[in-house]
Amino acid sequence: MGPAIQTIELTRRYDSLVAVDHLEFSAAAGSIFGLLGPNGAGKSTLIKMLTTLLPPSSGTAMVAGFDIVRRPADVRSNIGYVAQMLSADGDLTGYENLLISAKLYGIRGKERAARIAGALEFMSLSDAAGKRVKQYSGGMIRRLEIAQSMLHRPDVLFLDEPTIGLDPLAKRSVWDHIRELREQFGTTILMTTHDMEEADSLCDRVAIMHQGHIASIGTPAELKAQAGPEATLNDVFILSTGAAITDGAEEGGAFRDVARTRRTARRLE
Amino acid sequence: MSQELAVRHGAWSDTPRPLALLLQILAVAEADLRKLLHDPAELFTRMLQPVLWLVVFAPVFSRTRVIPTGGLRYIDFMAPGVLAQSVMFGAIFHGISVIWERDQGILQKFLVSPAPRVALVAGRAIASAPRGVVQALVVYLIALVMGVELQFEIWRIAGVLLSVMLGAAIFSTFSLVAACVVKTRDRFVGIGQLLTMPLFFASNAIYPLSMMPNWLQVLARINPLSYQVDLLRALMVRGGHTVLGFGTDVAVQVLWLALLIAIATKLYPRIVI
Repeated sequence: MGPAIQTIELTRRYDSLVAVDHLEFSAAAGSIFGLLGPNGAGKSTLIKMLTTLLPPSSGTAMVAGFDIVRRPADVRSNIGYVAQMLSADGDLTGYENLLISAKLYGIRGKERAARIAGALEFMSLSDAAGKRVKQYSGGMIRRLEIAQSMLHRPDVLFLDEPTIGLDPLAKRSVWDHIRELREQFGTTILMTTHDMEEADSLCDRVAIMHQGHIASIGTPAELKAQAGPEATLNDVFILSTGAAITDGAEEGGAFRDVARTRRTARRLE
Repeated sequence: MSQELAVRHGAWSDTPRPLALLLQILAVAEADLRKLLHDPAELFTRMLQPVLWLVVFAPVFSRTRVIPTGGLRYIDFMAPGVLAQSVMFGAIFHGISVIWERDQGILQKFLVSPAPRVALVAGRAIASAPRGVVQALVVYLIALVMGVELQFEIWRIAGVLLSVMLGAAIFSTFSLVAACVVKTRDRFVGIGQLLTMPLFFASNAIYPLSMMPNWLQVLARINPLSYQVDLLRALMVRGGHTVLGFGTDVAVQVLWLALLIAIATKLYPRIVI
């Protein structure tokens, strides 16, 4: 069995800017792969291409065994995606969110009922299933979104900043659930994060992106060892990109990123 | 391998494609309609305009007796026009929800699902149909109070409902196209105003085609709203008749809907870029 994700010279240009530049990397099936990098490094562009939301300017990638350029529909049947923004529909109940997803993916009859009940149970949301999602806490929404993206048992799951804006307790609960997903279903998970602790504790391998390239790639232990004795992932990050990740998160980034983070935070209140 | 995948994913591979497409269209529409059921207030926020037209504008205007209505009282002439425009306004406003969903990230979730783009677009068009029906109910009530000579044969009512659903689908898809182009809510509100008034005035809603200068008549004959009004006028009120012909009214509207769905399908994925 080949890698679950394999990019081949994958490139995306926006006018003169090259957001993702002839990128080559692979993620092994069943692994949790972390993508780090300052805002503007190309992480979101990369995820959008791998999930077929954005066509590449050149190059391609194989995701779950299918070419993202030539067979986007097959890719979509075999992946799950949880966007950085809170994507569950706040005007629907948790159950309804899952129901609509199941219907879109062609899960029917008893199987549908069983999977929805199972997903609610798995994510500890059974009691809140009948409540509208706008009454959920941030952590509950994230868990619902992950449940939703797993209903059709995708081979590859993309999580864009899965714990952004969550308090430490909610964050840990999301981490536990991500680990359990991999255990139970063997799902390959590719996630972006700004959180070094998250990358360190959750990911089998991490890649640090900088200006559309991969600056460093390896297991968290390997990367830390390369950076020197007692180095943290944050040190690796600084060495790779010339910026501390906290700078990137707090000062860098366009207005759009800031507005988005604030909007996320507001919806969590 | 593929069979194993199908079992594991509960996916569409065991379903004939047209049936899968239909079920996906209905799922998209269901999401929208369930939201409407949770919060139906939205339906009734659009009652004011038809009241103004039928209660204020029509009685005043009917005193002038200068509009060639083809033998109808002016308020009877105008009631179908008011229904058509209130369906249009409601449907165009409906399109803004797509921008809201894009900003929230809800749309991205639909776009990474295996549902073809055309299902996402057609589902929204279908979801706007019940909204059109509610508009019809509201306008009928006001018209009844104002003494409009409505006709209540079953086939006419059925015709009006189908026609209104078609109109709602056309204009909500039209607004979807606009939303895909402008992408932000602020710009959409501006565009919405910019589009609705010309569509309304370049139509036969409150005056007949025969009264218009030539250049306006050309525009009105392209405008799908004119065909909607013409159809409603023939179906709704006593003595009303079609000027453009039943067949033409239906055919032009169906063509418009097909064209708009094709354009929206093309543009839809770009809304998240």
